Amino acid sequence: MPIRTLNPFATAAPTPSPIPEILSEKDSIHIETREVVAPKKGFRPRFNIPFVASTPKAPRVVEITTPQTRLEPPAIPAFRPPSPQIPTLSLPTINLTTATGEKSKMEENTKPLTLFQPPTPTEAKRIAKQHAAFGPLGSKQHLYTSQFSGTEFPEPIEDEPPYYYLITTYISYLVLIIFGHVRDFFGKRFKPENYKHLRARDGYAPLYSDFDNFYIRRLQLRINDCFRRPVTGVPGRFITLLDRTSDDFNLSFKLTGTTTETLNMSSYNYLGFAQADGECADAAEQCMRKYGISFCSSRADIGTSDLHLDVEKLVANFVGKEAATIHSMGFVTNASVFPALVGKGCLLISDQLNHASIRFGARISGSVIDMFKHNDMTDLERVLRERISQGQPRTHRPWRKILVAVEGLYSMEGTMCNLPGLVALKKKYKFALYVDEAHSIGALGPRGRGVCDYFGIDPHEIDILMGTFTKSFGANGGYICASKAIVDKIRVTNAGTIFGETPTPAVLTQIATSLKIIAGDTAPGQGEERLQRLAFNSRYLRLGLKRLGFIVYGHDDSPIIPLMLYHPAKIPAFSHEMLKRKISVVVVGYPATPLISSRVRLCVSAAHTKDDLDRLLAACDQAGDVLQLKFSSGIAGGAEPPIEDELAATKSANLQSCLEVGEQLTPPRWRLADIIKRGVQDVKQPLY
Amino acid sequence: MSSAMANSTYFHPPDLPPTALHFIDAAIASFHKLPGSAIALRYIRSSYQDDPVRSLVELFLFIFAVRYLLAPAYSTKRSKNVPLTEDEIDELVEDWTPEPLTSEETAFERVENEKRPVIVGPAGPKAKLAGSGRTVTNLGNYNHYNFAANPELIGKGISTVRTYGVGPCSPPGFYGTQDVHMKSEADIAAHIGMPACIIYAQSFSTISSMLPAFSKRGDVIVADKAVNFPIRKGLQISRSQVRWYEHNNMADLERVLQRVVKEGQGKPLTRRFIVTEGLFECVGDMVDLPKVVELKLKYKFRLILDETWSYGILGRTGRGATEQQNVDPMQVDMIVGGLAGALASGGGFCASTNEVVEHQRLSAAAYTYSAALPALLATTASETVALLQEQPQLIQTLRENTKAMRAQLDPRSEWIRCTSAPENPVLILVLKDQHIEDRKLSIADQEALLQDAVEEALANGVLVTRLKSPPMAVGTSAKEAQREWRPRPGIKVCVTTGLSRKETEAAGKVVRHAITSMMKGRKWQKGTLVAATPSAAAAA
Ligand SMILES: Cc1ncc(COP(=O)(O)O)c(C=O)c1O
Repeated sequence: MPIRTLNPFATAAPTPSPIPEILSEKDSIHIETREVVAPKKGFRPRFNIPFVASTPKAPRVVEITTPQTRLEPPAIPAFRPPSPQIPTLSLPTINLTTATGEKSKMEENTKPLTLFQPPTPTEAKRIAKQHAAFGPLGSKQHLYTSQFSGTEFPEPIEDEPPYYYLITTYISYLVLIIFGHVRDFFGKRFKPENYKHLRARDGYAPLYSDFDNFYIRRLQLRINDCFRRPVTGVPGRFITLLDRTSDDFNLSFKLTGTTTETLNMSSYNYLGFAQADGECADAAEQCMRKYGISFCSSRADIGTSDLHLDVEKLVANFVGKEAATIHSMGFVTNASVFPALVGKGCLLISDQLNHASIRFGARISGSVIDMFKHNDMTDLERVLRERISQGQPRTHRPWRKILVAVEGLYSMEGTMCNLPGLVALKKKYKFALYVDEAHSIGALGPRGRGVCDYFGIDPHEIDILMGTFTKSFGANGGYICASKAIVDKIRVTNAGTIFGETPTPAVLTQIATSLKIIAGDTAPGQGEERLQRLAFNSRYLRLGLKRLGFIVYGHDDSPIIPLMLYHPAKIPAFSHEMLKRKISVVVVGYPATPLISSRVRLCVSAAHTKDDLDRLLAACDQAGDVLQLKFSSGIAGGAEPPIEDELAATKSANLQSCLEVGEQLTPPRWRLADIIKRGVQDVKQPLY
Repeated sequence: MSSAMANSTYFHPPDLPPTALHFIDAAIASFHKLPGSAIALRYIRSSYQDDPVRSLVELFLFIFAVRYLLAPAYSTKRSKNVPLTEDEIDELVEDWTPEPLTSEETAFERVENEKRPVIVGPAGPKAKLAGSGRTVTNLGNYNHYNFAANPELIGKGISTVRTYGVGPCSPPGFYGTQDVHMKSEADIAAHIGMPACIIYAQSFSTISSMLPAFSKRGDVIVADKAVNFPIRKGLQISRSQVRWYEHNNMADLERVLQRVVKEGQGKPLTRRFIVTEGLFECVGDMVDLPKVVELKLKYKFRLILDETWSYGILGRTGRGATEQQNVDPMQVDMIVGGLAGALASGGGFCASTNEVVEHQRLSAAAYTYSAALPALLATTASETVALLQEQPQLIQTLRENTKAMRAQLDPRSEWIRCTSAPENPVLILVLKDQHIEDRKLSIADQEALLQDAVEEALANGVLVTRLKSPPMAVGTSAKEAQREWRPRPGIKVCVTTGLSRKETEAAGKVVRHAITSMMKGRKWQKGTLVAATPSAAAAA
């Protein structure tokens, strides 16, 4: 296990030096293992993780404790040809570096032919650090373009586990709740000091209600170690956790001073722009040297600089709207823009599963709020017909405005909004449409321009496109894109612009540079590669999980893959199984999800390599067996192909007929090796 | 349920009306969708075979119970609906024309959009403006200690970017809490003298999320009338009962507290809070903290103090109002502050006890559902907090500059007065009552006049801003708008240590002259209000 002492409170500033060491340890292994096996023939999808056969921990430790000795022998090439399709030795620099952003530097100090010279240890460290943030592309095969084709956008098929699991899930909660109450009953009598904060004390009402606190105290506390794990370094392909222990049952944690580097399946780093080097970081550094740290003002006062205007122009162009306005926080963007758009006499129709920030803004706005079932266009139409025909409550006056708010990609479900359906309804019912592209901008569409791009719909069909820079762009903040008239009005009527702090120079540069890379203006080819890698990785992992027999939610091209756990006890168990295998995942349960549908949310990134995903699949395979998580019935896809070769065309048709006839499907339970073998080619077919 | 009903087998349900039948159908349909319904069905089937009447009665009672539970939701909505045919609905849909999503910009708003200063390069004490390319003296931002351009801080910021990247790409709950965040939280808590602290990603969002995390429907919040906009939004979201007291009027506060206590007698105890600011954003003056603490203890309220504008400013080492007025911070229940102003970083914080802080991590929306603060801003905050403690003379210099600036304005100008506390480096200048009365200046007139003065100052090389009034909610009627508390129109002059005393004085003089020339100019003479454009009424 990579261990180093790290005390975040020891020095005033973080010392960057220890990090590369850690990262290099990890990645030296990565390079090394690749090279050992790769020589065979061309590129072979391969599984390089030591916990296939034996216990998960042991072999890894062996490997990692000897990194330096392995690193030093100069026989190991630091670069390998990025793809077997490229035959010559002179080409790779470009390909290798397009994604890591070291192109210019590399060309300065290495001539093409010296590519295969052994790296110096410092050079190796540097590269290892880069690769820990952004993995090198394994093969040209590992690319795909996400785009919707067809006319009708299908609902994702949601599989259900056998009733046995549902019932036991309810029973588990029941047991937990009963136990909690029993413990409270005795606790309140024998250890009243622990319950002090829930009782009225010398004339003060308790700050938290006993009832609300029960869930946190008795259910969440048990699994608290799965949340808010502190980290350090770049949240890229790998993420470094600060190890911690608790000796009071998760009430408090102590840092042990060691760190664990894990595969990062948790950050919203879709395009892999969370990097400490490369174009973005270089530009951010330069910008900070010139502009300083902050503008110390709000936009409306004097917090507007040339950087803001540039970014606004870039964003508007990228999204395909006339104008844009930016904020330093995505949450506040939503929270402050709704009150600037709707108010008394207006109706806001919101998808049932919309993000907290949309609900926050909706509540401040004072408009009437109605909801429709998640992504259900029929239900939306029902609501619209009823509300328009009835008019405002009591007065029955016609509504002044109706705004329908949806998200492009739902972060807990992995579903995309049905944009074609919404646009069709909009034409008929004349409402204004607001799409929150927090997760979809950058992550969807052949050019990364969000749901409009994905569905091939003109952005002008949508009134307001909102998004955040927190996810795909590796920065912070949010934007609103709309017509110039709307944006100009919002600038003066929206509290976020008037009072909210303005985005800082480094953040603005990160946004501008990443946008330019995606659009292909900076480092041509790199943006496209990132987009295609993300699309490939998303589909590859989803298909793999389906074939293993897991129930996953969401649409096929979505980089968010929720894997269903159901049982409350499996939430921490899965998280621990993954952590044992050095993978960090986000687990969510009630109240973020409905009571029974606890899940783990896997966020795929362009920074992941296929090997990383194979490693994850192997871990899930094992955890799935141990925790009994493979209960898909096959209706959502992933079934064994009927006959070896004709699968692509016939598979979906077959499935369709199966569904219609009601024939019994064989639940998919593929062997890991087969999944890895077939994954790359099958991923480019419809997944179900 | 079943045993109770077994006794009542003699009870024959009457024929069900069609609505009930329909209801049963709907109930059964949805029942089938329920997980575990198969078992229940099996049970019903077998019990039906044993004793059909009993099952029927059970079913009836069950439906009754369900209907009873759902009743309120149904009665309020459905009963008031006018029954319409599909064709009629189609026609109404056809007829309905929405207003445009946003109304036209008003003339005043257009001016604001066009005249908004754009700075090229760093926003230091001397800033270059886009367009004219002129370099002007910058008294418009909160860069009071000129930390934003401190090369040491920049160096540390850069090394943070080189270690952590720019954004944390995750909310704090999901691997977004970095060691640098934990360090800044610890540093700020230690500085203020509280056990714990939580950092939000934006200063503006801090208190509006933190208030509703504690104060719920039925709770009572007593707030100063002049509190800032984010507090107002927090109060609105919390749905608590809000009582206002006259700005900084301790007698009125006591009166309100007494009333609340009296009204609460005999009722279950609810949470009660007092919300006020250290330095008021909209007025600039200071809270009388010892008195507020005394009252809060006497009437058993909890005190939430917003130090967004006083943290880093007041006190010997910038700890805020508590240090300035010698109050033990632990007597204040929650201290909220901002890092985006004087500390040249970003984000906001709430310092309090461990319990209070941990509660926010789970239930404050803007913390739980938003990405964490960029690492480089967290390190900057740690550094600037350390700088203030190591070099209290920075604060001293700022006070001296503030004093020098004030001397140029308040007693000297016959037209304006400064409502800010002497320690406040943000000088808020409002027109004297007498002149407003004399010339019958409406709120909109004053705003326009002061905007002209700001432009005049800029023409003479000094950049200051106008105190922005909070936006009116869409659809607010003129009557409602009148009832709402509005800050008095004013000019904001922000003093910085980045300028020498001489430069500060010179700039102050320019501002004073700008105001004088507006007041003496022809445009704003009595009775000749040409440029008046109502902005408050522009909310619609
Ligand atoms: C749909 C949606 N909108 C808005 C936000 C808030 O963005 P930020 O994290 O930048 O505050 C999020 C983040 O989680 C989101 O998922």
